[in-house]
Amino acid sequence: MPPRMLPEPTPETRHFWEGCKEGELRLQRCTDCDGGAYFPPRPFCPKCGSRKVEVFKASGNAVLWSYVINMRPRPDMGTEPYAIAVVKLSEGPTMMTNIVDCPQTPEALQLDMPVKVTFAKQSDDISLPFFQPAGA
Amino acid sequence: MKQKSIAVVGAAETTQMGKIPDVSVIGLHADAALNAMADAGLKPSDIDGVATAGISPVELAHYMGIKPTYADGTQVGGCSFMLHVRHAAAAINEGLCKTVLITHGESGRSRVGAGGFARSPSSLMGQFEMPYGPMGPPTMFTIPVLRYLKARGYTVEDLAQVAVIQREWAAKNPRASFKDPITVDDVLKSDMIAWPFTKLMCCLVTDGGGALILTSADRAKDFPQKPVYVLGTGESVETPMVSQMYDFTHSTAFRISGKKAFEEAGITHADVDHLMIYDAFAHLPLYGLEDLGFCKEGEAAGFIRDRNTAPPKDGKGGGKLPLNTNGGGLSYMHSGMYGMYALQESVRQMRGIAPAQVPGAKISIAHGVGGMFAASGTIVFSNEAP
Repeated sequence: MPPRMLPEPTPETRHFWEGCKEGELRLQRCTDCDGGAYFPPRPFCPKCGSRKVEVFKASGNAVLWSYVINMRPRPDMGTEPYAIAVVKLSEGPTMMTNIVDCPQTPEALQLDMPVKVTFAKQSDDISLPFFQPAGA
Repeated sequence: MKQKSIAVVGAAETTQMGKIPDVSVIGLHADAALNAMADAGLKPSDIDGVATAGISPVELAHYMGIKPTYADGTQVGGCSFMLHVRHAAAAINEGLCKTVLITHGESGRSRVGAGGFARSPSSLMGQFEMPYGPMGPPTMFTIPVLRYLKARGYTVEDLAQVAVIQREWAAKNPRASFKDPITVDDVLKSDMIAWPFTKLMCCLVTDGGGALILTSADRAKDFPQKPVYVLGTGESVETPMVSQMYDFTHSTAFRISGKKAFEEAGITHADVDHLMIYDAFAHLPLYGLEDLGFCKEGEAAGFIRDRNTAPPKDGKGGGKLPLNTNGGGLSYMHSGMYGMYALQESVRQMRGIAPAQVPGAKISIAHGVGGMFAASGTIVFSNEAP
């Protein structure tokens, strides 16, 4: 199996991937407006354009927002069908992820089910944020 | 833009369609361009504006021997050609050029001279989507759909119904890739690609191309073909990542682009005789009917099921809003950036020469999507002289 496709952090996203390595899901928010948390990372507020933004540790709580189950696995993803999911974080933003510790079936993957973040080390530099059923 | 100030005076697709292993990507652009120039009675030296996506306008101009005063390389995916029409209209009205050639060519199936789909792992998509295993549009464009179905109360049968009715249109089109009738059951039982999407809910992958030539309405009267006037236009862009759509239950880009096109055209929905909605996947006509304002939220699936978009059948007349009358990306052809074929079918309908001609159609809309809900473009056409 070829190595899994992994992200290459940029200066603007480094804090996010450093957070994942340290077991923290890091989001950003504006300190000039009440635009709320945003994702993916960028050094300014997408609501008001202010550069006065801060990084904070998110709760890691989310709900399963939508997904597909890919029946033709990408070569670096193994041989079994897997869900490509989007979760809605309790802070507001959506993010793509995989749902782990859960059968990859429509029956097990119910929209709006609570999930929580878990981190899986992929390399010295990268840990990926996955989500698992909140009760798991 | 000023209504009916610009017209399509040349329009053609590639000579062949479907599987064309002996023509490269740029060859498909050129074949379509030459066909459109023949249609308009023009030579390359008559063209002073070029626009294309997939290849650069530099490649197109040099390959065709055109020395333009206007070049547009807008590349926002499959609706790029709607944006090219819009920009060309503005350019001609502003005097930047007189006659614009817009081309598309793609060796989607045979991959002759075609580039790859590699994404840099440091791009936003490379960092925040690709690590989770998406493999092209069937696993990405489809991601918002379970949320959409739940919010609207639609079912997978509603998705299947879209493909069934478009196949009815394709049966009337000799150039369509798939013409045999299908049922909802056939669609649901076809191979599962990315649950809940089966193969027949996904577009074809074919080779082909198309080209348009636009000029001012004043000059259009002197061309051999019946001019097709541009009545209104819209465009917008939304997100490079489907996971970051503003709302999974509607396309913000569709709404902005559609609203602008209707406003520019000065028409109401009841004025529209014919509609094309780019259907890379079966959910797009549902989103399109709602986001363009033809249906209220939650009513698009029933609108299609009740045959409002369908051709005549079993002695009953066709629906009031004929949709995707070439068979669409699901059954006609889809080389990768299908927007050009939606425009071509609108032009054929306005010229009165479509294989499944809508009798007496006077206003047609071609609405496109680019990327995975990344972008949108909308063109309103009319065949009535200003």
